[in-house]
Amino acid sequence: MNLQIIMWGIGVIEALVLSPVLPGIINKVKAFFAGRKGPSVFQLYYDIIKLMKKRAVRSTTAGALFTIAPMTALITSVLMLILLPFAGKASPLGFAGDILLFLYLGGLGRVLTVCGAMDTGSSFEGMGASRECQFAILTEGTFMAVAGALMLMTRSFSLGGMLNFITTSDYNRYGIILVLLAVAMFVVVLTECCRLPVDDPDTHLELTMIHEAMILDNSGDELGIIHYAASLKMWILLSVEAMMILPADMNPVILLLTETLTVLFGSILIGTIESVTARYRFLKVPQFLVGSTALAFIAMFLLSLLQIQGA
Amino acid sequence: MNEFLFCTNHTFFARQAVPLHDFPVFRSLLLREVPNHEVAAFFAVPEQDEFFLYAALLNPEKHGLDVCSTKVGKSYPALTPELPALSWFERELFEQYRIEPIGHPRLKPLRFQSALNGTDNQRPEAGAAQYFTMQGTSVHEVAVGPVHAGVIELGHFRFQCMGEDVYSLEIELGYQHRGIEKMLEHGPDKKSAFLAETAAGDSSIAASLCYHRILEAAQDIRIPARAQALRQAALELERIANHIGDSGALSGDVAFLPTASYCGRIRGDFLNITAELSGNRFGRNYIATGGVRYDVSDDTAGKLLAKVNAGEKELMNALDLMFDEPSVLDRFENTGTVSEETARQIGMTGMAARASGLKRDLRISLGSPEFPEHLRQCASGRTGDVLARAAIRRDELEDSLAIVKKILSALPEGKCSENHADSVVLPADSMIFSLEEAWRGMLVHAAVTDSNGKFLRYKIIDPSFHNWGGLEMALRDQQISDFPICNKSFNLSYCGHDL
Repeated sequence: MNLQIIMWGIGVIEALVLSPVLPGIINKVKAFFAGRKGPSVFQLYYDIIKLMKKRAVRSTTAGALFTIAPMTALITSVLMLILLPFAGKASPLGFAGDILLFLYLGGLGRVLTVCGAMDTGSSFEGMGASRECQFAILTEGTFMAVAGALMLMTRSFSLGGMLNFITTSDYNRYGIILVLLAVAMFVVVLTECCRLPVDDPDTHLELTMIHEAMILDNSGDELGIIHYAASLKMWILLSVEAMMILPADMNPVILLLTETLTVLFGSILIGTIESVTARYRFLKVPQFLVGSTALAFIAMFLLSLLQIQGA
Repeated sequence: MNEFLFCTNHTFFARQAVPLHDFPVFRSLLLREVPNHEVAAFFAVPEQDEFFLYAALLNPEKHGLDVCSTKVGKSYPALTPELPALSWFERELFEQYRIEPIGHPRLKPLRFQSALNGTDNQRPEAGAAQYFTMQGTSVHEVAVGPVHAGVIELGHFRFQCMGEDVYSLEIELGYQHRGIEKMLEHGPDKKSAFLAETAAGDSSIAASLCYHRILEAAQDIRIPARAQALRQAALELERIANHIGDSGALSGDVAFLPTASYCGRIRGDFLNITAELSGNRFGRNYIATGGVRYDVSDDTAGKLLAKVNAGEKELMNALDLMFDEPSVLDRFENTGTVSEETARQIGMTGMAARASGLKRDLRISLGSPEFPEHLRQCASGRTGDVLARAAIRRDELEDSLAIVKKILSALPEGKCSENHADSVVLPADSMIFSLEEAWRGMLVHAAVTDSNGKFLRYKIIDPSFHNWGGLEMALRDQQISDFPICNKSFNLSYCGHDL
């Protein structure tokens, strides 16, 4: 038990320390596919350190919301992180229904980012904010559907119970359901983390941006915080994905290690997807997101069948 | 009196020979001819308080141009309401000489300069123009530029949007105006060739060809076959490098990385081939009066041919990646469509017009004998969307590569340049039109000489001048997020337009 809580603590610290490596890995993979050398995987660390040494420049039209948005994004991300059950140990802060707190902490961070963007009065940031909200509504649905399926499967309402349910012997029974949920969840990861095929983090074209458009006015340490919070969010969502599909009945040390490797593998997968597909037209994105929600509903349907059969 | 004077490309003719009509006759001639013929030039030459208006229309049947003129004062009834193709030309008259086309629906100067004939030294303030606006609670306006992210020239784009949908796009240019036409007046002198060449850096070879052919026409120089072939190779290499760059950029704009990265490198390879041939990656200063400045040895030609072959193979692989990728095709297809009818009405030219299904290619319509007949890009049935403009680049690349390979494998013997006099005297009181199919389309240099045989007026009409309006039309009812790929699919020149 002691070992588990120590490993849980290590899991949290690991996320805080290692998360900026994820965008680095993605860029390395993309560079590999393009036949380039690419920047170091630690580039985001350098960028964040550089930015933290700088002062933020604020537009004269921006008000208080713009100022508090970056820090809110960071704080909500950290709170989401410590709700997660690393290494098979439910978070000490966990409670029944904490999944909703988890989801809407993310929502709170987003609302503040959107308000901060609108606060600048820039038409680009307004467009970015509008797109972010539109897609967020749809991913929220997907996430809730995945959570619903997990609740049905585990009969639990806390993240600890829902994500630590699967054991090594369960794959025969729940394999196909886990695949469906993993795919749906991965779409959530791609959308929430502003990756292709929904958003293009590398573009310089303001008119096509979503997340990048919202932070066009941010600079200096505030931009550094935003970059860090974004990478942390990616680590958190990939961790949810990892915990969902990995068996919880392993040795905590090995489990944490496997979770970490799965998260890193997730970033390689994102990099690969970004290298071989073009970005979707905006009109297609809702179809993509609703399609992923449908996968979660199919998973729920299959679960019901299983339970009827089991009963 | 004839309705038009027929002239061939690169030929001097006396200004007196151009039929001078009364304005109503001139107007009715244009109303009859412009809908079916490309307008190569429409410009004014001042004479005391009046202005000669010259209109030159392409005559593809006879492989030349039809020219006519009229005389107007400070204003005349605008032709744009009936002939949208003349809209930007009339705005240019207003800008350069403050001639007011009365009834022009969107009259404002194209660039921000004082009048060319010195009658009005008041320079309009850059960007202070009136824009088309819409009213309503759900309408919002998005202003992009003139300073952009990335390495892009200056230009302002004003969108009227309903949510993500674009109702109207208005393009405001002129920020790059350097006054090239004004500087070329009283030439030709030592600077003239360089000025004419730098009108648009990515079309250096086409521009210097236009300029030097004017000087050659003045001296009646016949260009050696070898020089002709080398010029052709250089022009096609320019087209190849630009088309490769654009294909890669289109791919990059939809975030499809492989083709974007490969094309970026392969474009460099072809620029280097151009450099090996001409001494400069963009072919600057390669074309000279009488031929080309540097000859190429058989050994070098062989090496270049091998490089072209190697580059072609890699290029086709890179393009296949893009055209075989459904997610890319989905973005390109039905995006930014300009119908054939619209393209004809607003007078689009070159590659973009061909992508809309218009058979407009000077290499064919001016019937230059040195061009092979097998240019396939004039194939009809093009759809006018981004996909058509991407696909036509691939077809033109294949054609141009074939031409370059053919030239390099069998260069005519002989010298690469004809002797010519150092100081050129142009025919006095004459005019000449010098046209080339640059990679974007019809590039026109028109020179009018004074009684001393010096340039009285040197008019440059970049293909972009005709096509910026096409981009405005392409964005109607599109998603604003698709603007970048529409823009890239035209890839028009700002400095070529702003001069």
